[in-house]
Amino acid sequence: MTWPLFTEWFLPGVWITVQVTLGSAALALLVSFVIGIARSSRLWIVRFAAGCYFEVFRGTSALVFMLWMAFAFPLMFGWVFVPMAAGVVALGLTYGAYGSEIVRGALQSVPAAQREAGIALSFTRAQRLRRIELPQAWPEMVPPFNNLLIELLKGTALVSVISVADMTFAANLSRLASNESAPAYTLLLVAYFVLAFVLTRGMRLVERRAKAGVGQRPEPRRGLRAARKTNPKADAQSAGGVG
Amino acid sequence: MNWNWDVVADFMPRFWDGVLVTLQALVLGSLLAFSLGLVWAIAQRSKVKLIRWPVVGITEFIRNTPLLVQLFFLFYVVPEWGPSMSPLVTGVIGLGLHYSTYTAEVYRAGIDGVPVGQWEAATALSLPRTRTWTAVILPQAIRRVIPALGNYVVAMLKDSPMIAVIGAFEMLGEARAFSNETFTFEAYTIVGVAFIVIAYPASLLIRAMERRLVK
Repeated sequence: MTWPLFTEWFLPGVWITVQVTLGSAALALLVSFVIGIARSSRLWIVRFAAGCYFEVFRGTSALVFMLWMAFAFPLMFGWVFVPMAAGVVALGLTYGAYGSEIVRGALQSVPAAQREAGIALSFTRAQRLRRIELPQAWPEMVPPFNNLLIELLKGTALVSVISVADMTFAANLSRLASNESAPAYTLLLVAYFVLAFVLTRGMRLVERRAKAGVGQRPEPRRGLRAARKTNPKADAQSAGGVG
Repeated sequence: MNWNWDVVADFMPRFWDGVLVTLQALVLGSLLAFSLGLVWAIAQRSKVKLIRWPVVGITEFIRNTPLLVQLFFLFYVVPEWGPSMSPLVTGVIGLGLHYSTYTAEVYRAGIDGVPVGQWEAATALSLPRTRTWTAVILPQAIRRVIPALGNYVVAMLKDSPMIAVIGAFEMLGEARAFSNETFTFEAYTIVGVAFIVIAYPASLLIRAMERRLVK
């Protein structure tokens, strides 16, 4: 990779990757909570609708959906997305579906007595959720959300396919321009690994604070590897690989 | 919305070709992921640091970097020093290698789940190491993790369109080529729906297996 390519495409590309990651993570988080809470609703129609969303988007391939948003959607409905918006929306909606499973599972794991206590104190359902169930479920959610965030970071490489100039796009440019691909792609892989490492560290801080908030001590875990040490069955179901 | 069924009919023959390639990549990729993952899982338990550490490092690296970039690496960089491979072969290797790092974790959990008494019994019977693994530990470990492995097959299915980016003509590759030739959009929609139609029954099947196998 030549120096001008590095400073004018790769470094801005890193920033684009970060933006896409944070943007789609925010959207995915919103979707996870809305769908996750809706899936434990009392009304069957709400549960059913949220369940349909979950099944549809869990079956969707993020790349196909992204290309569909970028190329088919404008032709079908006459409404064009900026490429980056198409990428962020596609990633956010798909990973949000996986996230909803995390939220639902964590809400379910709150002891039933907590809910009953809320009812006994005549809290409304919204109050119960906000004051009792979510605060206790949140620390449970953080480690699987970390795994999902790493999957999402890896998923952002897909936006290069719809020509968003992220760092993968920059590496492809470098291959086309200079005809030597080894340095560019090696650098790219290392860059993703470093970003994943930074995100994992950040999420460890979030986890520590979340656990402290409910008076728990975080389990001692080491390095990047550590965050993965969850129940592989639950992990596979919730995160589904997907990246 | 302007939907044209004639375009759909035109696309269908190529769609089935694509399905075939997708399934090929999926089956071969899964076989590779299952076998390589087992190798990683056993190597990670090795007592020799010189084996354990590099394997842990490599699998961590592969798992935390995007499959798409790994495919580019395999397709454009590896031929600089080694054999050049067709897009499909590259795709199978990429998918298999990437997912082997996930299946390794699954196997690891399965092996950890085998009660210590089983190891002790094998020692008490003075079974050799290979026999302990093949006759005692793995049969118990693998049975338990089959549904989890199945989940990764579904995940791999959803990642398989990435091999279209390096030029393999699986479902998405066919759709992309068709849409670019005819300036239509129906093909993308068909392929998108096809993924949901394949993935949903597969996940139902896995849930059923979970009830039967994981006790």
